Amino acid sequence: MTDYFNEMYQAGGVRAPYARLEDWMRAMPAELRSLKQAEAEALFRRIGITFAVYGEGGDPDRLIPFDMFPRVFTGAEWARLEKGIKQRARALNAFLVDIYGRGEIVRAGRIPSKLVYQNEAYEKAVAGIKPPKGVYSHIVGVDLVRTGPDEFFVLEDNCRTPSGVSYMLENREIMMRMFPDLFRENRIEPVDRYPELLRRTLASVAPEKCEGEPVVVLLTPGHFNSAYYEHSFLADLMGIELVEGQDLFVQGEFLYMRTTEGPRRVDVVYRRIDDAFIDPLCFRPDSMLGVPGLMDVYRSGGVSICSAPGAGVADDKAVYTFVPEMIRFYLGEEPLLNNVPTWQCGKADDLKYVLANLGELVVKEVHGSGGYGMLVGPKSTKEQVESFRARIMADPAGYIAQPTLALSTTPTFVAEGVAPRHVDLRPYCLVGERIELVPGGLTRVALKEGSLVVNSSQGGGVKDTWVLAE
Amino acid sequence: MLLSVDHVTTYRYDRPVRGVVQSHRLVPSVFDGQKVRDWAVTVSDGLAGGAFRDGAGDRVQGWTVRGPVTEISVHVRGTVETVDLAGVLRGHREGVPAEVYLCDTLATQADAALAELAEQARGEAGQLAQAHKLSALVSDAIAYVPGATHARTTAAEALAQGQGVCQDHSQALIAVARHLGLPARYVSGYLFASGDGAPEAAHAWAEIFVAGLGWIGFDASNRCCPDDRYIRLGSGFDAVDAAPIRGMARGGAAESLDVAVAVRQVQQ
Amino acid sequence: MLSRTADNLYWIGRYMERAETAARLLEVGARIALLPSAAGYRNEWDSLLQAGGNADAFAKKYGDPVQRNIESFLFFDRDNPSSVASCITAARENGRIVRTALTAQVWDALNSAFQELRQLERMPRSELELSRLTEWTMRHAAMVRGAIDATLLRNDGWDFLNLGYALERADNTARLMDVKYYVLLPRVDFVGSGLDNYQWTTLLRAMSAHRAFHWAYGGEVTAAKIAHFLILNPQCPRSLITCAEGLAGHLDRLAKGYGATTEAQAQARLMRDGLAETKVEDIFDEGLHEFLTRFIRQAAGLGAVIHDSYLSGDMG
Repeated sequence: MTDYFNEMYQAGGVRAPYARLEDWMRAMPAELRSLKQAEAEALFRRIGITFAVYGEGGDPDRLIPFDMFPRVFTGAEWARLEKGIKQRARALNAFLVDIYGRGEIVRAGRIPSKLVYQNEAYEKAVAGIKPPKGVYSHIVGVDLVRTGPDEFFVLEDNCRTPSGVSYMLENREIMMRMFPDLFRENRIEPVDRYPELLRRTLASVAPEKCEGEPVVVLLTPGHFNSAYYEHSFLADLMGIELVEGQDLFVQGEFLYMRTTEGPRRVDVVYRRIDDAFIDPLCFRPDSMLGVPGLMDVYRSGGVSICSAPGAGVADDKAVYTFVPEMIRFYLGEEPLLNNVPTWQCGKADDLKYVLANLGELVVKEVHGSGGYGMLVGPKSTKEQVESFRARIMADPAGYIAQPTLALSTTPTFVAEGVAPRHVDLRPYCLVGERIELVPGGLTRVALKEGSLVVNSSQGGGVKDTWVLAE
Repeated sequence: MLLSVDHVTTYRYDRPVRGVVQSHRLVPSVFDGQKVRDWAVTVSDGLAGGAFRDGAGDRVQGWTVRGPVTEISVHVRGTVETVDLAGVLRGHREGVPAEVYLCDTLATQADAALAELAEQARGEAGQLAQAHKLSALVSDAIAYVPGATHARTTAAEALAQGQGVCQDHSQALIAVARHLGLPARYVSGYLFASGDGAPEAAHAWAEIFVAGLGWIGFDASNRCCPDDRYIRLGSGFDAVDAAPIRGMARGGAAESLDVAVAVRQVQQ
Repeated sequence: MLSRTADNLYWIGRYMERAETAARLLEVGARIALLPSAAGYRNEWDSLLQAGGNADAFAKKYGDPVQRNIESFLFFDRDNPSSVASCITAARENGRIVRTALTAQVWDALNSAFQELRQLERMPRSELELSRLTEWTMRHAAMVRGAIDATLLRNDGWDFLNLGYALERADNTARLMDVKYYVLLPRVDFVGSGLDNYQWTTLLRAMSAHRAFHWAYGGEVTAAKIAHFLILNPQCPRSLITCAEGLAGHLDRLAKGYGATTEAQAQARLMRDGLAETKVEDIFDEGLHEFLTRFIRQAAGLGAVIHDSYLSGDMG
């Protein structure tokens, strides 16, 4: 039986950051709790937060389950995480600038060239391009899990367009509306500066050709996309236009948006569209979502694109293994946050180990996301393990494996009352002229008893995440 | 050799389009084998976008034309001094590691037949010999027959058909080279063909990376390596990626295309 | 604002107004159908479809125009882009796309209309009286309209919403009048008959205007009075001149806000001033049907100019 770290209860006592929540929880009778839960749900519906799951059909206006029991960090715990996350964000960006430039890290033999240059996320089209301020990934979502009082592991990095930040903001908003007393009693660091910081981060990487205050837009694939809500929410909070590809056009050296007052120049595009779709003249010729000619404008310095095309190489699950090496190579520092030991099934020795211990490991597709195409060995049936074995053997390089981590638990409201459920954490690090991290993030919780999969597409929910002021 | 180029591409739309955007790779590469004397690209009613040299060393230039418009023409004119380097791309500056060109695209994927063809060259001593052998194999396997294939024909389809044009030869050669682990890419350019009825003045060939020598051109259509009759423009993973003109019109009109290319030797 | 956003707002207005018109058409039809039919009349329901311009689409799908099928077609049918269900769904979808340009109240009104519509669609048709369907539509249209007027910021987005409403309403009023005068009553000898008056009154009822009409004009219902009321009277909320004033007013606001005028302002003014100078005798001299046809064409032209000047994104 694995011993899981409970973030609230330890050795018969309540850990300091959760002290006040104990009383709050006890003072809440079951009827009040279900009343509050219904209230929260109504608020989410009213705001319009919904989440559609790819390929599952059903109600496109489904709500992602919200758990009212907050997840809490002390200021000291957060300070440590913050340093580690920022360190990682710096190293990942240095890596991207390097591999599209001279490729020193490859020449130095610190990372296999094949992982970089034959990576499907490597974009030949941007080789030699150094984006403004040397930033490729402007929003780095670092997925973390906790396994003990001082033990954190990075599960993966998201360097393209990590989603979910709207839940961080809305969860807080709703908790403050429903439980104002909690916020009076606890000194909780605010997260509502995030949209303003994001806007400033994006504006700070405007191209040199930009004249005056940079015009920033958010480019969405459109209102049929499952994350459309988040796109419109963020654009609204930042006070920037939410555009689709058809709203933008290239004229001469610049990019413009179509407005009721005529064309308006755009300096920075925060895109929530994959590289392959942003410009049919450069990437997929059949894409209807992007803007023809955008890449030429970008590459000749007429507009900035966030994240910069090509940033995906850094968040590949195989490249992940080398992030500690990047930190040492570019920053001359030791990594502050641990990686999870990872076996590359593409390597013969690793593959042998993985196949021999499949029942104990977590196996993921190198290019997968969202908790799909993933095996949690200890939680799977023999048949599931065996069918996954066949998949790995068919394409070993497509998979990595990691030990099954003992994810920490936090108290969570369940039908019977309160029970421990496993959680992870995704903070959002902003990289522009400066590196910023709002004290908080998205805590995802596996609502099924015993489950270690927190993805919302797999029955996960979300919680408000608190960082206590020192 | 001093070569002059006069290349007009005319796009006609069956009803007015609201605008046209193009991305050009229409300027000769800079390397020891060719030197531009003069060169100009114009687009009717076009507004030039920013120009830059990309990681592969190609000069890229965007163009936009505001609608409504029913016809636009792209006119390339210039003269280039060329020397015969036996296909070697000497003195070409680029930042993309050759290894990148091991990546497959749909058009250059090796199916079983292409793989089998490639295997016939595996025994050759050294990469250079392999590359020459591959080029010869492709020339033999695909007869030069204009009109037998179309713009989207893949290497595998061309081989199965046994017929094709320079695009098909090049993509097939790329596929077999990559199959043997040799980085390979598609090159577009011009070819001066002495004599009448020069079929492919707007031409394409393949480049294969040979360790120690660098990139070397192979023209499987003409069973040779590019010499001073060739003008190199740009490269890519396949024909689409290396196209000298990629463009798109806004407004759903049917497009027809007319290309006239003349490459001549200039008397000195 | 983005041209596409303005376009979405404009279409919210058009679709909501169009939904209401579909319901009004149903009501006119139902009332006229209560009359004993005399030989030689054209089928009244058929003429409604003719007026709406979708008789062919109907015939292809349903064949004979019986009341039950017409109800399906005008209210529930998603294949009919002008049905109440299609319009409300489209208005709500346009609203969802520009959610952040709307207030919570406007969104709630649009969204609850849509959610209730889905419930109606699941109910057995035998439980749904026609009057319930038409009243339901009017009520929701009014709630959306009310939320817009009460809560929306008076910025350019508000103007585009209202342009959509006004243009659609102008077109629809003209078409409804045309049903009466041209389609329902093709034979000159009916003019002035009791039947004629009954039909005019029905038309007024369908526009929720028969009481207002009597207050304003009194006495006998005549074609001239009705034409004056529905075309030239600026007190009537659905009259063509009221719509034209709305169009000109909102376009002027846009011109002022943007510091630039377009062809749209000139055309709207032309339409409004033309109506202001028109007398009822002029209309009958020209022929009511001819007048309305000309007006419908003029309104469509103005719609195209608004599209080109603001919504297409291809200006400047």
